[in-house]
Amino acid sequence: MEKTNNIEKTDKKEEASTHKIGIYLWIWTLLFVLSFFSYMVDWYQFQGMLRWSLILFFMFLKAGLIMAFFMHLFWERYALVNVLLWPMTAIACFIFLMAAEFQYTLFSRLFYFVVGGGA
Amino acid sequence: MSEPKIDGFELKPGFKGMASDTASDQTMFKGVHWGKAMMWIFLLSDTFVFSCFLISYMKGRGSTPVEWPNPSEVFALEAFGVPVPLLLIALMTFVLITSSGTMAIAVKYGYEKNRKMCGWLLLATALGGLTFVGMQAYEWSKLIHEGVRPWENPFGAAQFGSFFFMITGFHGFHVSIGVIFLFIYTYKVFAGHYEKGKKGWFTKLKGDYVEIEILGLYWHFVDLVWVFIFAFFYLW
Repeated sequence: MEKTNNIEKTDKKEEASTHKIGIYLWIWTLLFVLSFFSYMVDWYQFQGMLRWSLILFFMFLKAGLIMAFFMHLFWERYALVNVLLWPMTAIACFIFLMAAEFQYTLFSRLFYFVVGGGA
Repeated sequence: MSEPKIDGFELKPGFKGMASDTASDQTMFKGVHWGKAMMWIFLLSDTFVFSCFLISYMKGRGSTPVEWPNPSEVFALEAFGVPVPLLLIALMTFVLITSSGTMAIAVKYGYEKNRKMCGWLLLATALGGLTFVGMQAYEWSKLIHEGVRPWENPFGAAQFGSFFFMITGFHGFHVSIGVIFLFIYTYKVFAGHYEKGKKGWFTKLKGDYVEIEILGLYWHFVDLVWVFIFAFFYLW
């Protein structure tokens, strides 16, 4: 009984300690700025590798900021953070598999429907 | 959040802490409310659903020999007689990030038991979400009017419509559900349910401001998904 009481007490104390508002305002501003930059990528019609790398860079930066600070993952214990982030490697594998697959499908379509096959 | 303390149990930091938390024969996620852990597990599964949609879009777009419609022309909007590329999408992004910011600060005020500020910020978040859904309805009706269908469109590859409607539709559905819950929680906060100790969702236990953080996780996730849709569908 005494133990549960202690846990309740510490829980209460914990709730009172929140983060300063400044950190949220900073992240908020950064998200606006990054969104503006990624819109500028389209505005100036960057093409090719430059376009794709900039899009991905801004995308991952925004996603990271939202997860780390707005969703509080930066302050969570590693037990939770790792349970959430390791499954993303499965998604990365799936992307690689399907990227190989679409190249093969495109090749087959061009080879048999456009070129007319090997014969 | 931050540093939980449990009597008679040493909480180690970092990866050592992860190993001892996992092997502790107790709850694995120390200092994490059960509802928050469940929301995270749900969001993880939702991540997989959205990933499958976006990956199928990558596969569809990559495997067609037909030219893909140029998104910055398809989604252009006339402003003062000049077509501005992606104008509506940029505004939608702006609105969603704004509502994400108000949500984050609402969570903070919730934990500080500042009922009024928490309620007003939740209301602002809900209105932002509602604006987003309204803009999306406009975008959909505009494209449908221009002849975009899941099986054909006048701009290019026929697969464009089905991916567009499925991905943005599923995201818009998430936003709509979020807006409904934001209004419910705005009511709960203004009515003082957490001060009176009314029972929470799916439980007989007393409700608490941690529920606002759980709702916030969902809302930030909706914003997070939009970041990926914006990058892959509209900008790519």
